[in-house]
Amino acid sequence: MPEHTKTKLSNGLTVLLKEIHSAPLISAWMWYRVGSRDEAPPLTGISHLVEHMQFKGTPKYPASVMDKAVARDGGMWNAFTFLDWTTFFETMPAGKIDLALRLEADRMRHSVFDEKEFASERTVVASERQGNENEPLFQLGEAVQQAAFRVHPYHHEVIGDMADIRSMRRDDLYHHYRTYYVPGNAVLGVAGDFKTREMLSRIRELFGGVPGGPTPARMARPEPEPPGEVRLSVEGQGETVYLQVAYHVPAASHSDFFALSVLDSLLAGPSNLNMFGGGGISNKTSRLYRALVDQGLAVSLSGGSTATVDPFLYYITLTVHPKRKAEEALAALDVELERAQDELVSKQEVARAIKQARANFAYGMENITNQAFWLGHSEMFADYDWFLTYLDRLAAVRPKDVQRVARAYLRPQNRVVGTYLPAGKAGK
Amino acid sequence: MCPPRKSSLASTASLPGPEDIHRKILPNGITVLCRGNFNSPSVSINGYVSAGSIFDPDGKLGLADFTSAALMRGTEKHSFDSLYNELEAVGASLGFDAGVHTTAFHGRALVEDLPLLLDLLSETLRQPVFPEAEVEKLRHQLLTGLAMRAQDTSDMADLTFDEILFHDHPYARPEDGFPETIQAITPQDLAEYHRKSFGPRGMVIAVAGAIEPKKVIDTVGRVLGHWTNPRQMEPPPLPALKRLKETVRRHVTIDGKSQSDLIIGTDGPLRTDPDYLAAALANSILGQFGMMGRIGDAVREKSGLAYYAYSNLSAGIGPGSWSVSAGVSPANIRTASDLILRELKRFVRDGVTKQELSDSQANFIGRLPLSLESNGGVASALLNIERYGLGLDYYRRYPDLVRAVSRAEVIAVARKYIHPDRLAVATAGS
Repeated sequence: MPEHTKTKLSNGLTVLLKEIHSAPLISAWMWYRVGSRDEAPPLTGISHLVEHMQFKGTPKYPASVMDKAVARDGGMWNAFTFLDWTTFFETMPAGKIDLALRLEADRMRHSVFDEKEFASERTVVASERQGNENEPLFQLGEAVQQAAFRVHPYHHEVIGDMADIRSMRRDDLYHHYRTYYVPGNAVLGVAGDFKTREMLSRIRELFGGVPGGPTPARMARPEPEPPGEVRLSVEGQGETVYLQVAYHVPAASHSDFFALSVLDSLLAGPSNLNMFGGGGISNKTSRLYRALVDQGLAVSLSGGSTATVDPFLYYITLTVHPKRKAEEALAALDVELERAQDELVSKQEVARAIKQARANFAYGMENITNQAFWLGHSEMFADYDWFLTYLDRLAAVRPKDVQRVARAYLRPQNRVVGTYLPAGKAGK
Repeated sequence: MCPPRKSSLASTASLPGPEDIHRKILPNGITVLCRGNFNSPSVSINGYVSAGSIFDPDGKLGLADFTSAALMRGTEKHSFDSLYNELEAVGASLGFDAGVHTTAFHGRALVEDLPLLLDLLSETLRQPVFPEAEVEKLRHQLLTGLAMRAQDTSDMADLTFDEILFHDHPYARPEDGFPETIQAITPQDLAEYHRKSFGPRGMVIAVAGAIEPKKVIDTVGRVLGHWTNPRQMEPPPLPALKRLKETVRRHVTIDGKSQSDLIIGTDGPLRTDPDYLAAALANSILGQFGMMGRIGDAVREKSGLAYYAYSNLSAGIGPGSWSVSAGVSPANIRTASDLILRELKRFVRDGVTKQELSDSQANFIGRLPLSLESNGGVASALLNIERYGLGLDYYRRYPDLVRAVSRAEVIAVARKYIHPDRLAVATAGS
């Protein structure tokens, strides 16, 4: 694996660089430590709205100029807001990356947040939320997440509540932007076809002059131990019943994260942690597929956790077989989880999970955008070493570790069980 | 083990071309295309056989789709579970997907597992057994998929759009069928369809990754070169499209939805038509470039009506479609369609500016390395070359072909296809 360099500029900006010369491309990712967990009512969803407004222009690069410039050069760009972070990326032909770096340096500080643009973007985001609300699994997921976090700000969806989307003001957004979009709260990761020394010197030129300022504190409201199992149901349209079971699990930096990843592979198939280019490995011989889908209790299932700063959730989501009940599927699920708690898994099963992870990593290496993604993403919840040592730490997992985490976390007292019931089927 | 790396500061010469695409036609008719790509120790295979939903009887619509999903449900050598166990144990994947003309396959693996992947591909293509119990499980999964489709505003708008645009044409039929047609299909139907339509004639396979192309061509020859099927049917001829004579609107009501989907469009060129590239550039200007072109600008950026609004040109073997899609609040359907219609009228009346065309041309050329970066991207490009007879030097010539398109050609192709008084308008939602 090619080496990387990590540097901190005097204003606090962390820069990670990795040369990759397999294709004439460079991908740059600008990360900010701000996400939905930094929000409280009546400003839920503000981080996501600020991300949208970052595409609405600066005096130097007005709204329509930025996207046209990137597109003209054959670039791809986008942004994502998550629980813990907000990120902006550009992947450009190697000779054109300077444009991306200039844009990011400029909009770190000079975004306008024009009132009229905001009025229009507010309705775009409202429409985004309405689109989400069309999906039964969004409705169910939102209810499960709220039930799982009473205190911690992971309570609400990244997109925020409609009431807040409709009511927040331009000045709220601008304040949020100026508070969090500062170099000390940011990480820039660049990977691709460049020479490190030249790239670093250009980054110093462009970003070094951005004033440092105080690094904002993060909201700290730890979730207390759950009171016991929570069950809920959501009613809606359609014919299909969904079941989602969410277990409280530790943060990505916790050593149990790796044993849980192996357990996830065994139970529900390997999760793909790549943002681009990984995945695609099916889960039809996972334990839960065999117990639920092969046995006709469900028609599909997925499982997975997310790398987060604070403890979050491990989700198992089922589409219930049209002729069966959610309770029957849950009972069969519990039998399998108890098996993982009672019996040691075999060494072969652990080895298989590691091979699956190795394959997913190799698929992710096919594209530079994904390699650049990891430089900064890993810094959001741990550091780049977390990524570099990921496969080794998985390989160090033993069957007894898998059993231990199954016992510690996949207990009924530690979960929320949510069912989506079509209105016509409720009570049946 | 780390694969060898290319030299520093790669240039656009890294695009696939005649000297690094290896192509061979096996004696039984299968075309094999390979290209090395050493960014990662992984490999992708993409390809297709000449079997699609065009053969589906009306009463058994979804037969090709059902069959493609059932290929992996058991073979003469492997049960469903043992087949997937071989793949999943090594983090590999293999899947099939039926379209109108072809059934596509796609797989990926660590390069050390390519022989396994090719063996399983050959086995599932040639020796599926369609076990009854597995077919029934699959049927429930397909029916659940259709129940979900009926609740999905975007899927239902798509389906309705195709019904309007391609009336009396095979393209009007959904490849995944309807609940009653899926219910009507028996395991014998699957086996019969497989016997008649799966065979080496017309099959293409592309392999890209950390491989030695010549060796892989030999391996494919060993694994699939002896496949014969004298009973393989010729696909029926594709009837001509009856173009719309007036605007046709249709709405599908789905209760309880906070957002509706809207599709407005017309037919489009074949991929092999000489004006395809002009249409692709026109489409970029209309609803792709930057923040989704003029459509994105009018519907999202200026009016804030939708989270997504864009245009799409879909061109293949037969008549294509050229459409504008948007997801909007039910109350804004009318406003959004009026805005889109206004843009379409302006587009055919005033054409495009020199700047707009050169912007989209630069985008098409500039993004090429990005689209050809991954193994999957390279394998799809190789298939594209083969399916449409583009020539092994296509991606090398591509920048010149794009630059050669003139404003007059863009305007002409827009006027040829987009008639604002003869549109298909489909909506789905509350």
